[in-house]
Amino acid sequence: MTIQAIQEELIDEFSMFDDWMQRYEYMIELGKSLPLIDENLKTDDKLIKGCQSKVWLNSEIKDGKIIFTADSDAIITKGIIAVLVRVFSNQKPQAILDANTDFIDEIGLKEHLSPTRANGLVSMIKQMKMYAFAYQTQLKN
Amino acid sequence: MPFDIQKIRNDFPILSRKVNGYPLVYLDNAATSQKPQQVIDCIVDYYSNYNANIHRGVHTLSQEATDAYETARKKIQTHFNAKEAYEIIFTAGTTHGINLVANGFSEILKKGDEIIVSAMEHHSNIVPWQMLCEKTGALLKVIPMNEEGILVFSEYEKLLSEKTKLVFVNHISNALGTINPIAEIIEKAHEVGAAVLIDGAQSCSHIKPDLQKLDADFYVTSAHKMCGPTGVGILYMKEEWGNKLPPYQGGGEMIAEVTFEKTTYAGLPHKFEAGTPNICGGIAFGAAIDYLNAIGFEAIEKYENKLLKYATEKLLEIEGLKIYGTGPDKTSVVSFNVEGIHPYDIGTIVDKLGIAVRTGHHCAQPIMEFYKIPGTVRASFAFYNTMEEVDALVAAVKKAKLMLS
Repeated sequence: MTIQAIQEELIDEFSMFDDWMQRYEYMIELGKSLPLIDENLKTDDKLIKGCQSKVWLNSEIKDGKIIFTADSDAIITKGIIAVLVRVFSNQKPQAILDANTDFIDEIGLKEHLSPTRANGLVSMIKQMKMYAFAYQTQLKN
Repeated sequence: MPFDIQKIRNDFPILSRKVNGYPLVYLDNAATSQKPQQVIDCIVDYYSNYNANIHRGVHTLSQEATDAYETARKKIQTHFNAKEAYEIIFTAGTTHGINLVANGFSEILKKGDEIIVSAMEHHSNIVPWQMLCEKTGALLKVIPMNEEGILVFSEYEKLLSEKTKLVFVNHISNALGTINPIAEIIEKAHEVGAAVLIDGAQSCSHIKPDLQKLDADFYVTSAHKMCGPTGVGILYMKEEWGNKLPPYQGGGEMIAEVTFEKTTYAGLPHKFEAGTPNICGGIAFGAAIDYLNAIGFEAIEKYENKLLKYATEKLLEIEGLKIYGTGPDKTSVVSFNVEGIHPYDIGTIVDKLGIAVRTGHHCAQPIMEFYKIPGTVRASFAFYNTMEEVDALVAAVKKAKLMLS
């Protein structure tokens, strides 16, 4: 599935809820289904800066696609990561670099996009794009 | 004057706004207080009617602004019972005041001298002294605290010696609300000849310190925690220290005479007030102090204690909820966690319900390290909060718990 298609799928799923509580509950559920990062990989160098909660993000490349795994000690943050992992994992580096993140607004999580909010959603996206950029450069060489 | 909560709430325009569709419940008063109309009016009046630079112009506006600024200084002097108005130095806030003192001591301290701080300090109370120690070779000693969040006084006494040159303690811990026994701390420090700097950022909105009675050498606080504007605060400095410490910054206002060969510094307080100050901020700080005194600190303390007691009882009814800072002497701050739930998650959910609390380490990581927690949820109450708002908080935390566990 393309990033665009996954984003549309998410927008569709979140549109079923009429209030924020249901959206948050769904996101928390998504967080629980997040494929967990290997405990050995929860090292300080995998921590994303700028989060009030701890967020570990790992990436590896497999058949030209990036696989992201992640975890957090806060459950809402974990839900946000689950959404991001679903969108960006198992995609080619160039596709990740080209993707926009307007869907976050559309699924009602806009407040988490504010760079001043200490949850680090912006930092997470930035880190994912950094990995994509690094792999893209490797692939070219 | 009887304590009329509705009348008080009407003074604060912000309290009638909505957040995320709910009436705002503002419980982040330890971070900053809201401002009453009287203070807002004072700011508008200054810029509308007599804005001018102070201490230099002979024209009418400059005279009026200077008078208002110096009247504010006198109000602050009276409020804190300082001996002289010139012992009150206007600063940009608590952190600025601390750095001013730390800078002064960099000329006084020698290698092997000791500075004592407490284990419950805000980061702004740790970093300047670490920098000072690196610069001078002095050593930083820490008064430990116990599980209840109370400083261990006997350990403090053991740390004191003739090597101690400065003791630095907050009057009230921002993360826990514990009131420290500063009168005893000052007395003991003076016995070994050490100076004492007290950080009153968290205390001055709740209690009225008597600086002469306390015999503090230095006392710092910020206006914005006391219903005044941000960007202004005071450093109280005993006259003898004011004469001893070198100026912090060079500039206008702080000089008596300047030639290219030599500059002589102005006397107190101007020696430490280089450049054009926050004139409006200083005047509005005076207005905030008038406002608080009109309500009366006794009434404020009594009412806030009621809020604290009620909030503590109600929150503890929630299963798995733990409060940090459980000593008998504390202000209206409740720092807590719910078992198995990250404080950030609770903060996010309660914000959705219109309630403003602080989450995180509250710039006091050593305290979090002590309790082995990532942070807490901190609800801090002011005299304009109500019992109903406590109920709203408790209901929101219960809802969050339901969603998150």
